[in-house]
Amino acid sequence: MATTDDMAIGRDPVTRRRFIKSIIASGAATSAAAYYLAGCSDGSAPAAGSVERLITLKVNGQDRRVDILPNETLAMTLRYKLGLTGTKLGCDRGECGACTVLINDVGHNSCSTLTHGVRGRAVTTVEGLEGPNGELHVVQQAMIDELGPQCGFCTPGQVMSAVGLLKANPKPTRAEARQAMAGNLCRCGAYDHYLNAVMRAAKSA
Amino acid sequence: MAYSLIGKDFTPPDVRAKVTGKAKYAEDFRVEGMVFVKLLLSPMPNAKVRNIDAAEALKMKGVLGILLPEDVPSFPLPRDPILTMEPKYVGQPILAIAAEDETTASDALEKIKIDYEPLPFTVDPLQSLYPGGPDVYPDANVGVRGMPEMKKIKWTAKDFAEAGDTKLPMGEPLAEWKLGDLDKGFSEAQLVMDETFVTAAHSHHSMEPRSAMAYWQNGKCYFHVSTQSQSYPLPLYAEMIGVAPKDLVMISEFCGGGFGSKGSAYVVATIPAHMSKKINRPCMMRLTRAEEYFLGSRRTGIQGRIKIGFRKDGRITAADIYVVQQNGATEGFPDFRNVGGALSMVYQPMNMRWRGISVFTNLPLSTAQRGPGQNQLACMMEPLLDKAARELKLDRLAIRSINAPTTGSKVEERQTPVSSAYISEALMASAAKFGWNEKKKLSGQRKGSKVTGIGVGRAYHPAGSAGFDGLLVIKPDGKIHIHTGIGNLGTYSYAATSRVAAEVLGCNWENVVLERGRTDNHLPWNNGQFGSNTSFTMSRTNYVAAIDAKQKLQEIAAQTLGGKPEDYVVAEEKVTAKADANKSMTFAEAAKKAIELGGKYSGKEIAAELNDLTKRSVEALAGSGLIGVAKDTIPMKDHVPALAAAFMHIELDIETGKWEILDYVATADCGTVLHPKGLANQIRGGGVMGIGMAALERVVYDPQNGLPANVGFYQSKPPSYLDVPSEMQVGWVDKPDPQNPVGVKGVGEPLMGCAASALLSAISDALGGHYFNRTPVMPDMIVNAVAKRPQSYKVLAVNTQ
Repeated sequence: MATTDDMAIGRDPVTRRRFIKSIIASGAATSAAAYYLAGCSDGSAPAAGSVERLITLKVNGQDRRVDILPNETLAMTLRYKLGLTGTKLGCDRGECGACTVLINDVGHNSCSTLTHGVRGRAVTTVEGLEGPNGELHVVQQAMIDELGPQCGFCTPGQVMSAVGLLKANPKPTRAEARQAMAGNLCRCGAYDHYLNAVMRAAKSA
Repeated sequence: MAYSLIGKDFTPPDVRAKVTGKAKYAEDFRVEGMVFVKLLLSPMPNAKVRNIDAAEALKMKGVLGILLPEDVPSFPLPRDPILTMEPKYVGQPILAIAAEDETTASDALEKIKIDYEPLPFTVDPLQSLYPGGPDVYPDANVGVRGMPEMKKIKWTAKDFAEAGDTKLPMGEPLAEWKLGDLDKGFSEAQLVMDETFVTAAHSHHSMEPRSAMAYWQNGKCYFHVSTQSQSYPLPLYAEMIGVAPKDLVMISEFCGGGFGSKGSAYVVATIPAHMSKKINRPCMMRLTRAEEYFLGSRRTGIQGRIKIGFRKDGRITAADIYVVQQNGATEGFPDFRNVGGALSMVYQPMNMRWRGISVFTNLPLSTAQRGPGQNQLACMMEPLLDKAARELKLDRLAIRSINAPTTGSKVEERQTPVSSAYISEALMASAAKFGWNEKKKLSGQRKGSKVTGIGVGRAYHPAGSAGFDGLLVIKPDGKIHIHTGIGNLGTYSYAATSRVAAEVLGCNWENVVLERGRTDNHLPWNNGQFGSNTSFTMSRTNYVAAIDAKQKLQEIAAQTLGGKPEDYVVAEEKVTAKADANKSMTFAEAAKKAIELGGKYSGKEIAAELNDLTKRSVEALAGSGLIGVAKDTIPMKDHVPALAAAFMHIELDIETGKWEILDYVATADCGTVLHPKGLANQIRGGGVMGIGMAALERVVYDPQNGLPANVGFYQSKPPSYLDVPSEMQVGWVDKPDPQNPVGVKGVGEPLMGCAASALLSAISDALGGHYFNRTPVMPDMIVNAVAKRPQSYKVLAVNTQ
């Protein structure tokens, strides 16, 4: 049985049929179809005059067609429709930062961002950081070298906040890095090691 | 001893997946046909469900089924029920709904009508102990896991009246033990103090909620769960799910934090497995952060009292401690007992009595949290020692040293000898790095509204266990597969302890494959990843498995190349004759030979002493290579402690009550160091948690309605980057423990307690020695203390804001 999300195809045959029909209707190819899941869908048809359901997102440099609800958050779209489970949900209310992604290079809590709001903007998740041959981003490598993660659950968010920081401020002081990372909780308390990693990445970039 | 792997840094095999987002936690798995489960939680703190009407909900499009208490196994009290018709706290799961999507499941819950009969409840142990006070169960109000029976104990009105409002009443205890002669001890004391104290309950706040996913296939249950431990909880989960252990495939390669809350099996995780069986669809249950707080567990709160006597030189002649545990409504964890154990260990009172009672309250399960009991004691005792030092005009390090345990000291009621204890060495190493002699002169110095405080703290936890199994396979391709069933809570100790096997066999770490994370990777029976035991326990199991493999390699070489097994040495992934380097077999060749020979060499014969779980794994692996497998029977008769000592330099703003930590130094006594970078991360991480315990976190329940007030991070305040120093200094004593073949002990838990108590000691020091009798110390308490105003809470109150 498939246990990876990239093998998971439509859960509800009705929803899936409707989804495929709508894709055919729009004449668009879809990379999202293979990941479609009903996690956050209510299975209902769009009401007349409502926002468009089938939209194109720019995620990790690719155009992804995806069927979404008006009230859907980016975290749910990434996790349940695009198979990008590196983005974690720790609180689903913007308190912990585990769901941090970059939108046009700025860190956002994807749990508190509506998917409709990011149309036409570049979304980068932790899966989008590696180079074409799997080479790690300097922040990722620094996190390994400094043994940043403990349990690892907050790590993708920490990585994304650090990447966002270094885009805005390539040579931060440790105090600046501490402020910039402060929205990312880590219950294991690996803050010191994460900061070491940010400073190492800033030096090597 | 010079090792090639032990004591060296390495890159743990799972860290890359963590930084790339490829690490899959329970909620990251998807299976064909997966549907969603939502829980209906009790809105009442104590009630009987008279009727459930789910007809409307079940008619909804997309709703697939309901799971009721009658559908799941029930266990004798005080075990935590999976679902219940008699909810005992606000947030206890009553039933579950499955639907095609989560929104529909949530909507369906809204349509379920439940008729509740409300019952009296309590969130304060003393209320239940008072004559006529409310009880969680009709015929019981006290009990805890490990105690054979639940019973009813009421104290007398006289007990309460005699104690007054500022001292803990001390009625009939649930348990007690005694050492020596208290009266004699107190008569020899120069200073006798009688202090009442409260430590608040606080949550684990694991970043990964207790989400779980399960499905059934060909009679097996595939169970994705967030757990600290791998093999240990398997039989318990099998029992809870109602499946034979051999048919439960537990997948838990990563765990997003546990801190004790996911050490053993916990009931809520099994709900998707039951639902999946009932509706025949894979079920995902995602818990929200708020649900985490409603039904998740917490460290128990404690109300305590100690009468303690000091000789002129600071030696503790007698200590008489009483501990009331604010247990949840179910089993709980014996923190209250551990408070006594820690007092006996760390302070070595010449005469001592421990008494305790664990009272059921209408709160969620209280379970182990990093240093359960030991860290509450550290918070109470370390600032108290400062107070005694002040009164006796002694140095704060001197009063600690004179009472400190050393190797061979005796501990607890049974007076078990301690196998190794270097707490004083840890204290002195920290003091030197911190610059204690200079820093202590800054004590109480004021700049504007900021006052310097210099704190010192220590803590302890037992650090090891024995009797589990080790398992490895040398494959015909020459790779060494080390099977580890300990779990992965994020300390990397699963890998660090596996290196002990590689060290014994003299193999390259690059040729080692770690098998872990899923039951069907054929794992041995191992202890749970809790109680600071992994490093000690798992280095022993890996050691014995490697010794078994080594012996088999020598025997195979002797059988193949002639001579006796002892004529051969194992090194550099070869077994070679001592006398003739040309008589040699590679691991690959020996593995092929082992398969040919069969029997014990390839796992076809299995030793009877192994655990059933290990036996099943060996059966599955039989014939795949040379099997090294053994039960850890290395003697262990002495008590193994993990100890830590820390110093803290703070600036306390006495106008706002806010503190800033300028310097933190901690040193661990954890035996031989296995993995320096991992240990450093633990020391710092424990320090961060300690800061939260001392001065940020607490659970608050509304006594009127039994409702939790902290159901989000912003209310319960685990420390952030800005609450802790941006650099923390760490070190270790690095002296081997004699009961471990490579000298290793665990250490996770005291690393929290030493920081918590150091911060409390520093705050107290900044305030000229004010002892708060309460943890956490909040800014309003500091401001009130400075202004000499009464505090806003009563001395014994729990659930204070």
